Amino acid sequence: MSKKTAERKAVARKDMTYRQWIWKEMKKNKVAYALIAPYMVVFTLFTITPVLLSVVISFTDFNMLQWPNFVGLENYINLFFADDIFLIAAQNTLIFAVIVGPASYIMSFLVAWFINELPPRIRAVVTLVFYSPSIAGQVYLIWGTLFSADSYGWVNATLMEIGFITEPVAWFQDADYVMPLCIVVALWTSLGTSFLSFIAGLQGVDKAQFEAGAVDGIRNRWQELWYITLPNMKPQLMFGAVMAITGAFGFGGVVTALCGFPSVDYAAHTIMHHLEDYGTQRYEIGYSSAIATVLFLIMIGTNMVIKKALSKVGT
Amino acid sequence: MAKKLRTRKHKVVLARSAGGDAGITVILFLLGIFMFLPMAYVLMQSLKPLDELWMYPPRFYVMNPTLSNYKDLFTLMNSSWVPFSRYIFNTIFTSVAGTFGHLFIASMAAYALAKIKFPGGRTIFKTIQTSLMFHSTVTAITSFILMSTFKMVDTYLAIIIPAWGSTLGLYLMKQFMDSGITDAVLESARLDGASEIKTYWTIAMPMVKPAWLTLIVYSFQGLWNQGSSIYIYSEQLKSFNYAIGQITAGGIKRAGASAASTVLMMAVPILVFVITQSNIIETMGSSGMKD
Repeated sequence: MSKKTAERKAVARKDMTYRQWIWKEMKKNKVAYALIAPYMVVFTLFTITPVLLSVVISFTDFNMLQWPNFVGLENYINLFFADDIFLIAAQNTLIFAVIVGPASYIMSFLVAWFINELPPRIRAVVTLVFYSPSIAGQVYLIWGTLFSADSYGWVNATLMEIGFITEPVAWFQDADYVMPLCIVVALWTSLGTSFLSFIAGLQGVDKAQFEAGAVDGIRNRWQELWYITLPNMKPQLMFGAVMAITGAFGFGGVVTALCGFPSVDYAAHTIMHHLEDYGTQRYEIGYSSAIATVLFLIMIGTNMVIKKALSKVGT
Repeated sequence: MAKKLRTRKHKVVLARSAGGDAGITVILFLLGIFMFLPMAYVLMQSLKPLDELWMYPPRFYVMNPTLSNYKDLFTLMNSSWVPFSRYIFNTIFTSVAGTFGHLFIASMAAYALAKIKFPGGRTIFKTIQTSLMFHSTVTAITSFILMSTFKMVDTYLAIIIPAWGSTLGLYLMKQFMDSGITDAVLESARLDGASEIKTYWTIAMPMVKPAWLTLIVYSFQGLWNQGSSIYIYSEQLKSFNYAIGQITAGGIKRAGASAASTVLMMAVPILVFVITQSNIIETMGSSGMKD
């Protein structure tokens, strides 16, 4: 912001208006526009346009076959007042995001922090152990095998052995267990990009600051974390938060793979599933666009709240 | 000098209690087991002979490791309707075309956004940064409408072109260029009469090798792990990951082959990460969001 006003001040010249100056700058830097043009075309087509189009279509009854009619807020009214399953989905998404988002965020940070002082080679191995579940394709399906519904499943057999249960439990088909299990699997795959970003950020904190802190009376590692490490990490913490939001809200695919679609009694039905259901199976594009728009708003809202919260770190 | 250093070190060590060290080690160890056990179990399952896969009570460890599951997997691959080489080709072709197109156009854009000051640049970058949050599933349906308008549905282009526009790679590249290339170097190149495009290609790009390696790894991982896509319905155009999922989904008889396929699929991204880890971490050093 201040940079912008400085720019404006710099062109407080008599020979041209601000608009003329902008035009001159644009002409002078036309190579910059040429360089970003190819990317911007693709980005606009497949990211910006779909988002804007979702918002527009959400006010219509578009169904891929007929010319859409404008229906005003009808889709939103139906969504919030007539669609019980959406309310279940919203509730599940909220529970999911409130648990998985912060938990994965804190876990990523704590692990990165714990391993920060290990020797580089050991740190590289530990990083690999924690990071690999998030990149290893569909390896999460192994949770389905571990928690398989019959007594050949390792978890069932082990629990029966020690007498904890007498009958095998159909874990991923039982409404009581589906949600907690999916949360565990989500956490298991959640040490991803933000984790790496935290590791790198911690490596980048100037060591001299810790020494200065020790002189100034920092007594234990928690004070050191709060007063020195975290304030230095703010940019990474912000980036990690954005990644955590994306992860927590975009987790539908794993749930579908493990619990089927729809999950039993909609116990793990999220907004993402509801969106896919209406968008790719029922072709009620207008309605599904309203769901997508609600999701966009939730994501942006969460992001703003987190930005606020992170600005308080280290104070 | 030496004495001074020791006292300094001593003070830093004061902030670390032995109890805390022990607690952290225990927590890290437990979390590590939680992360590692399922991965180890896949590997075990893939090496178990049939009688061990269906043994009661089931065992975690394999007693007589065998490669028969991997052989079964290849037999199953050979008997599929569309030759398996076709699925492999699809995945490799789309991964390579998607990754290199993305690398090329995203690095150009990143250079312009990081190193040239021009009207609108900051707004554009803010927009890209915001869209990091929008998971592709949320935009999938409207993207589908756009793609059918451009007649891209059910072609390789439906996979390749959107990959070019992915945001994470560009974001990381731009951030890395911000801190990794000093303006003085570029300035002297410009003074020597190098055009902006030449400066980008011959000066800036060689300086940000970790960033483009990271971009390649991320893009490749995403494309390699792609399963079924709503944009593709011809069997001949589907991905390796999808196909391997289909043949191993055939019930309990294929549990061993399924585990073997999971191991094969996960080996590639993990191996790529092992090779590039130090570069990726270096890139992540500048991944932070400044405002």
